[in-house]
Amino acid sequence: MLQDKDRVFLNLWGQRDWGLEGARQRGVWDNTKDLLALGREKIVEIVKDSELRGRGGAGFPAGLKWSFMPKEPDPARPHFLVVNADESEPGSCKDREILRNDPHLLLEGCLLAGFAMGAHTAYIYIRGEYWEPLQRLEAAILQAREAGLLGSDACGSGWAFDIHVSRGAGAYICGEETALMESLEGKKGQPRLKPPFPAGVGVWGCPTTVTNVETIAVAPTILRRGADWWKALGRPKNTGTKIFSLSGHVNRPCNVEEEMGIPLRELIDKHAGGGRGGWDNLQAVIPGGSSVPCLPRDVCSEVLMDFDSLREVKSGLGTAAVIVIDRSADIVEAICRFSHFYMHESCGQCTPCREGTGWMYRVMTRMVQGRASVEEIDMLLDVSYQVEGHTICALGDAAAWPIQGLIRHFRPEMERRILEYRKQAPATVAAAPVAAE
Amino acid sequence: MKVTTYLAPQAGDFAFTPENDEKARAYIARYPEGKQASAVIWLLYLAQAQNGGHLSEEAIEYVAQYLGMAPIRVHEVVSFYTMLYTRPVGRHVIQVCRTTSCWLRGSDEISRACLETAGVARLGGTSEDGLFTVVEVECLGACCNAPMFQVNDADYYEDLTPESARQVIEALRGGERPTPGPQNGRLGSLNADGPTSLKDTFAKGTAPGGAADAAG
Repeated sequence: MLQDKDRVFLNLWGQRDWGLEGARQRGVWDNTKDLLALGREKIVEIVKDSELRGRGGAGFPAGLKWSFMPKEPDPARPHFLVVNADESEPGSCKDREILRNDPHLLLEGCLLAGFAMGAHTAYIYIRGEYWEPLQRLEAAILQAREAGLLGSDACGSGWAFDIHVSRGAGAYICGEETALMESLEGKKGQPRLKPPFPAGVGVWGCPTTVTNVETIAVAPTILRRGADWWKALGRPKNTGTKIFSLSGHVNRPCNVEEEMGIPLRELIDKHAGGGRGGWDNLQAVIPGGSSVPCLPRDVCSEVLMDFDSLREVKSGLGTAAVIVIDRSADIVEAICRFSHFYMHESCGQCTPCREGTGWMYRVMTRMVQGRASVEEIDMLLDVSYQVEGHTICALGDAAAWPIQGLIRHFRPEMERRILEYRKQAPATVAAAPVAAE
Repeated sequence: MKVTTYLAPQAGDFAFTPENDEKARAYIARYPEGKQASAVIWLLYLAQAQNGGHLSEEAIEYVAQYLGMAPIRVHEVVSFYTMLYTRPVGRHVIQVCRTTSCWLRGSDEISRACLETAGVARLGGTSEDGLFTVVEVECLGACCNAPMFQVNDADYYEDLTPESARQVIEALRGGERPTPGPQNGRLGSLNADGPTSLKDTFAKGTAPGGAADAAG
């Protein structure tokens, strides 16, 4: 278990003052000037060396991403850092706690990361529903400006840096980096084709890096304590600490910071008071938010919580949002709710996703009742593969994966329902194929 | 540069109050010069609040005029985002989260309790007294505090039971603003039995939040 001395988020639950005074007591904004004095290259090098991977879901190496920004800024095309605080992944509620309980940690990270990218301006794009975090963030920015930590001479380093907040209005897709940039430009949030990548042509046509809140918030601590400290935590290529959101059928749902690579079972038992009704009552766990396939109990007993371990069992760490489902719950309906979510949130730009998410949802509602034929399970799987990988952004993939995971692990349950339904339904109804939705 | 011709916006009688006008200018100033369109969502929120909870045609066209945007671009934005309403809603819009984490912990019962107490016939409807609209929405990002609902675009009421959901709605009906956050008394998304780590940060008895909490 992670020791308290190695924790980054010391005010995760709001037990202490979130303001500048409290943040300073926790070591935030301590000698930021010295960290800036390391220089652009050195900062990127330390982050690269720490093997920090992005916390927004994809797990891309953070230092590498930062290094994509042009070395020599073109005065006509200033660099921008954009922080993705559009946390909307079902199951995930970690960024909210950083934004409202430790906003200064994020602001300091913005300054350091922005400096390392040659940016003078950062935008924090926060989801429209997060009203309390928005108030805290705006207040924290004012505090930091007043204290000279931001402004024309940020922390006395001579580097001009300012942070602005931009507010969304309820669209999951705006958490996709190119859709976020569209939304930031005042358009509807429909993803852009890549390339060009944001580091070349981003928001307002200028070089931009979009990063998750947690990735930025841990950066100052890594720079202060060194890459070796961070690397000593977790497992190779999956280093450091991570905030896990434990929700669903656990006895005590909570957010908690833990070491990467902690066994899933230990995580649930130690921090969330165990699963409801004990481990034997567990049916499935979704280990990384709605976009990743679920895992059955026998896999959950062994698996470690990091990017590579979960990929090996054909799931993913995603945003580390652990949703626990016990035997009392209807697993097919649980996944069907995700299908509804993706149908609702599809931006409508690409046909496979716009049509496919709705089709998959409609078939899933029948699967919940068992009002289907056994062959339709394969058809559903086939359609999910046709949506996956055939869209501009990853929302199509994210809609397909939970269904694929369900069929992979719970096919017998789906078949059982279909047979059960046929037994009680009149023969004519049951025999009619209804897949042409 | 692409030149688009369009009909001039028809803003009618709608105009920002001086306070909102000042706020709008401050929002526009957050973005680089000439990129004032970026502030469109901020301005639409202002217009929506000023217009009593939803955006009228005039309000939308006014924002287009204000920002020098083609009206269709603003209409696009309004129809894309779920928090911008084009039809009248009740004074309190109760948005019950329906996605899996909340559903597993009983969001269906919360929805039912909300409909009953608010006097709304079905989801998406508004009560006859115009006080409440009840809708189900997708994940609101408070999964460790499930089930929960949001009132308007601001307050989260978390860790609900049908009983506490009813209490919140009754308090709203009485003109109060019940304290947002977990309704079972726990602190944020902390384990309800107490911390499993960082125990000494609780020992000093420091009050959560700070003086600036008054803003919230």
